[in-house]
Amino acid sequence: MGESVNTLAFLVMALAAIGGAVGMLTSRNIMYAAFWLLWTMLSVGGLYLLLSAEFLALIQVMVYAGAVSVLMLFVIMLTLRRREDAVRSLDFSPSAALLAAVFLGIMYYGISNATFPEVALLAEAPNTADLGVVLFTMEGGWLLPFEISALVLLAAMVAAVWWTKGQDRR
Amino acid sequence: MSPELASLLRILAAVGLMLMNGVILIYMLRRVLGRLHQRLGPVHVGPQGLLQTPMDVLKLLTKEDITPTNVDKALYFIAPAAVFTPSLMAYAAIPFSPTWMVTDLDTGLLYTLVVMSLVSMGLLMAGWASANKWSLIGGMRSVGQHIAYEIPLLLSVLPVVMYVGTLNLSSIVEAQSGTWLGILPQWFITNPLFWPAFIIFIVSALIKVNQTPFDMSEAESELVAGFATEYSSMKFGLFFLSEFSNSFIVSALAVTLFFGGWTLPFVPDEVLAPIAPVVFMLKVYVGIFVLMWIRGTLPRVRMDHLMQFAWKILIPAVLTWILVFGFIIKLFDLGRPVG
Repeated sequence: MGESVNTLAFLVMALAAIGGAVGMLTSRNIMYAAFWLLWTMLSVGGLYLLLSAEFLALIQVMVYAGAVSVLMLFVIMLTLRRREDAVRSLDFSPSAALLAAVFLGIMYYGISNATFPEVALLAEAPNTADLGVVLFTMEGGWLLPFEISALVLLAAMVAAVWWTKGQDRR
Repeated sequence: MSPELASLLRILAAVGLMLMNGVILIYMLRRVLGRLHQRLGPVHVGPQGLLQTPMDVLKLLTKEDITPTNVDKALYFIAPAAVFTPSLMAYAAIPFSPTWMVTDLDTGLLYTLVVMSLVSMGLLMAGWASANKWSLIGGMRSVGQHIAYEIPLLLSVLPVVMYVGTLNLSSIVEAQSGTWLGILPQWFITNPLFWPAFIIFIVSALIKVNQTPFDMSEAESELVAGFATEYSSMKFGLFFLSEFSNSFIVSALAVTLFFGGWTLPFVPDEVLAPIAPVVFMLKVYVGIFVLMWIRGTLPRVRMDHLMQFAWKILIPAVLTWILVFGFIIKLFDLGRPVG
């Protein structure tokens, strides 16, 4: 590991991620938008890889890039009566524009006033085994929060299944 | 040799292996299926029909590349690459011997499964871009079944990970060297604790191979040729190649996780070291033969049955098994963490 990540690789990945996001927002075909989203997710995974966070990168690809396929299935199944329906019409909504402007203002204010900590990259990046030690052992110190969050997610999942059961539930 | 050059050569070797593999597997598939169906398969071109597949490859390469008028041009061109690339990437973490591998990833097992899961995205892209209802249904079926079977596939390898405490494929292989009391090889398949996981793994992995009984995405009696209907020439070739490459990867994963990878019982390390890649390849090809055997024997299942089986039987079964397995190895202290 050097002092910082490879600038060229970072630029390629970062531009790909931003370009994908712009592409997603500007494409009027929702299938294209979904594929651009996939592209963005993969690029962000690449950025994680540059930071030697390979486990995070893989999970990013599996969870987010995987979720895009579900999204596309819903796009096709729920919205498309005909192929042409995939292309959205442009409709301008003042309230949405206002909301976006306010959000942009807050984000700009927040980012321009934030002080980012300057941390040098570790000489040896922690690997997946280290992550396992932190999450799954008492010495790591994060066992309890990890288990609690797992329980919360499980409860949410069970609730979702229960809701989908329909009329015959009591 | 500089590390960059070495990495490049390794990647090229993986590409070469993938291409060679495709050619060999097509021939093998035809002969094996022929045998199973009690017919001959290719016999006329070259001795035993050996030259049939090279000729077919030449035909595929020189065929006219037809682009239908109504297709979604951009996605139609990207889709074959989007299917082919993940298949190629999946070779990166497979250990052919203690030293022969593209790269020794700490998260090799997870990497291989994650990369393989991207293939279905390309199939959906192809199905959508073809502007053909059969293709679209094929692509959607492919993604639907991949999402459903991804979960049991990922969970079914967890017992192995729990047992050895690592995701590194080479370490998993090393944990399987040696013998039980000098009789049985210490492969995980000889340990009854891993049998339920292995069965679930094989059933879910068959989805990745995309062939009968689970070839819903290109079921030719229902969907013409599914997602590949509108593709011709080498674009079709890439889909084909990716499919054969996937059966290689699935078999290689099964060999690595359950059949001891490159290890052989009763053979000292000095003897094994030079022949390890050969041993691995032989095991993988036996695995591929079994996959073809299944393909030639079982009829295609129905799509709704397939989905119900995944969500209602396979996933609860694998979740239960992980719980039971965790209790067993903790109670009797059976885990053998490496390194």
